[in-house]
Amino acid sequence: MANLLSRLANAQTKPKMTRRGFLVSMTAAGVAFGFPRTSDAAMNPAVPDGTPVAADGRVFEPSMWYWIDADGQVNVNIIRAEMGQHVGTAIARILADELEVAWEKVQITHVDTHEKWGLMVTGGSWSVWQSWPVYRQAGAAGRIALIEAAAAKWGVDAASLTARDGVISDGSREITYAALVAEGLERSFTEEELAALPLKPHADLRLVGQDVHPLDLDTKTTGQAIYGLDAKVDGMIYAVPMLPPTRYGSKINSVDDSAAKSIKGYLETVVLDDPSGTVPGWAVVLGTSLHAARSASYEIEIDWTPGDTADVSEEDIQARARQLIESDAGAILPTEQPDTAATFDAASDTLEAEYTTQSVLHFQMEPVNATVFQNADGIWEVHAGNQWQSLILPTLATALDVPADKIVMRSYMLGGGFGRRLNGDYIVPAALASKAVGKPVKLVFAREEDAQFDSIRSPSVQKLRMAFDDGQDVIAMEHHAAAGWPTQVLAPGFMPKGVNGEAFDPFAIDGADHWYSVGAHRVRAVSNDLANQTFRPGWLRSVGPGWTNFAVESFMDEAAHKLGADPLQFRLDHLKAEGINAGSAPNAVGGASRQAAVLRRVAEMSGYGKRELPEGTAIGLATTFGQSRTMPTWTAAAVQLAVDTETGEVDVQKMWLAFDCGTVVDPDGARAQCEGAALWGLSMALHEGTRIENGNVVDLNLGAYTPLRLEDVPEMEIEFVESSEVPVGLGEPGTTVVAPAIANAIFNASGARIRHLPITADAILSALKG
Amino acid sequence: MIEFELNGRQVSVDADPDTPLLWAIRDELGLTGTKFGCGIGACGACTVHIDGSAARSCITYLSDVEGLSVTTIEGLDEDGDHPVQEAWRNLRVPQCGYCQSGQIMQAASLLKDTPNPSDEDIDAVMTGNLCRCMTYPRIRQAVREAATAMGGSNNG
Repeated sequence: MANLLSRLANAQTKPKMTRRGFLVSMTAAGVAFGFPRTSDAAMNPAVPDGTPVAADGRVFEPSMWYWIDADGQVNVNIIRAEMGQHVGTAIARILADELEVAWEKVQITHVDTHEKWGLMVTGGSWSVWQSWPVYRQAGAAGRIALIEAAAAKWGVDAASLTARDGVISDGSREITYAALVAEGLERSFTEEELAALPLKPHADLRLVGQDVHPLDLDTKTTGQAIYGLDAKVDGMIYAVPMLPPTRYGSKINSVDDSAAKSIKGYLETVVLDDPSGTVPGWAVVLGTSLHAARSASYEIEIDWTPGDTADVSEEDIQARARQLIESDAGAILPTEQPDTAATFDAASDTLEAEYTTQSVLHFQMEPVNATVFQNADGIWEVHAGNQWQSLILPTLATALDVPADKIVMRSYMLGGGFGRRLNGDYIVPAALASKAVGKPVKLVFAREEDAQFDSIRSPSVQKLRMAFDDGQDVIAMEHHAAAGWPTQVLAPGFMPKGVNGEAFDPFAIDGADHWYSVGAHRVRAVSNDLANQTFRPGWLRSVGPGWTNFAVESFMDEAAHKLGADPLQFRLDHLKAEGINAGSAPNAVGGASRQAAVLRRVAEMSGYGKRELPEGTAIGLATTFGQSRTMPTWTAAAVQLAVDTETGEVDVQKMWLAFDCGTVVDPDGARAQCEGAALWGLSMALHEGTRIENGNVVDLNLGAYTPLRLEDVPEMEIEFVESSEVPVGLGEPGTTVVAPAIANAIFNASGARIRHLPITADAILSALKG
Repeated sequence: MIEFELNGRQVSVDADPDTPLLWAIRDELGLTGTKFGCGIGACGACTVHIDGSAARSCITYLSDVEGLSVTTIEGLDEDGDHPVQEAWRNLRVPQCGYCQSGQIMQAASLLKDTPNPSDEDIDAVMTGNLCRCMTYPRIRQAVREAATAMGGSNNG
């Protein structure tokens, strides 16, 4: 994981920071995005038509991340996708704080793709963490350049000047940034100067940690925010997909559209020829309206020869996982002491348990869609919401058989990401159809098609073992996890290697490499080949930690109960900031001691062990480190619930969560992310889950698929630890901790130990019957 | 040609009468604030008002609204300042925002019919609108705040 993240971080930041070395100079008004704009995309989410703010007069562009104009307006360029995190607001304020400008002067632009931006990806809860150093330095460079310009103008020492709210003062005189920009200025920094830029001390941060109204929010209350589905291009026609019976390997034998020809507005059915292999065996139905294309699709008969996975079931995939776990397959993670065999052999007692989780759909509210066309300059324009532009652009280049620099992706709001739009596969059929017919094509998936084509959270099987000595001390632990691997299927270059030389998907094992000191610790990640062949595994909110922690934290409770220990004290006893768990600067200062602190905090908040609760009602605890050891977000939850032992029904009454994410950049945004993430955790614990049958997920729409609704939302209390440490991610950690806390609470309330997600009333009843 | 009133204006649409109202509004009439979520009337993203009552436009045929009055999020308030919209902004309800047009239209309808809703009323009505960002706690609170602003007082 460390390798992966440092590679991502390097790709993300360093080339961009050094390429131009902060040549600070006056530039002409206006910002080029590399390609001519032939239609609007939602660039500035604060305004109804999305048009980016235009510069007024001369422009000072200290780096590619922003400019200031002669009116003092600051435009900050955001390369992250906006999908509900108010990410541009968080990032822009980091820059504005160092630059010392008033928030009212700040606007943001979600940029279209261009090589100069480096890696464009929005996931992993990384955005604030990765942007923090980059945008702080960028802001500081501008502040210093402006102060030096004022100092030169007045003939005084720059050190005697201060900047605040876009105004520089020497105590008696004042000059605005706007005035300095209007006069023009030039300043360049060497690498050394750049590295030595004085950043503001934490105590002087004025925007970070303050309440600020999100820039993207208001247009989301008036219907004016523009999503991919809202893209409009002159002359576009509409398309709907005809999905083959298997994700891969299906072949179209014949298409009969004779019955569709009487549908008004039906144009044609195109069998896609996909050199990228993304959508094999596909056809798309074209119409002059979406309704026409959809109506026609009902009348079209396609004869397919299905691929090899046409009969695969969820049970088959899980059986394959168990078979692989019993083999030597997989990668061993670099823990302190990965060899556990001798310790287990010498143990006086052991504990073993298997945990399983079912397939889960993203079910983001906006079904996937894309509008694609070749513009007058020969550039292919993609109009769609997407989380990993840099991943799909090369695939689109292969599909369209053009160089990647002949494709640009416009920036739109995302009607939910949750990881679904990290995989841009849904753009490929729109691109192929547009190329085939020579017209702009807007392809919209029906909800059922979106579900069938989803990159689901893979089902998983995990086997955990623990070894004890004759003093009942923990001396070793093993965690074997098998699932479909999204990163192997979609971005294998990002997989690090384990200590046995085998590559692994960190997003299918993170969490298992926990911060508990357990002696020898073997963590093994196994790729389920049958899962990878049957569907395209996806990154789904919190990814691996969303299910590995269900196992870890359920198992810690089971171990405590086996030893007759209190689960809270048992955890605290093993969260010791020592050895590999001591933590390190800058991201994990304090190590396991910070995880212990949030766990203690939720115990206090909830009154765990201190309050009298009715029979059948109990509190369960769980704690995690969020997404990865490299970027730990210290997280803990307590859940109070009641179990009806007659029906098996669970009534979740209240959830308490505590987070230590370092510096909180955007307090209300942080809270909103944690509310949503925690409720995702609740939803996947008790309300949603599907399964594979005949090579596809069986639940394709609401009714069958039942995500959390408002009436089932419990009371929540969320706290953040005050900290001046590096800000880490918050989009996902809340998801990781809820399911195990619920499972542990169910055990405490009823004695039923449930080792499968989602947890059903039937499973509780059958556990109670023993 | 099907004629109806959309946000106070008379409109006529030359389209298949079986076109879902949702797509007629979005693609024929160009108002994209109303969203497509499930297509079976089960998520609420497409909620509009038809003659003042909340309806799912994805399962309403264009022909069904002949001669009726349809209001979308764009027409709820000329300046986007309906008390429900204001409460949504004050409490910062939206995350991705995609479902929020439907949530707001549903909430506005609820408060028109039940100016003083109980918590149970709010849960019962708003549970029909899915929010995948899970902004539910804020939706609950915002409906209460809007009720207060509109002159009702939540009886809890």
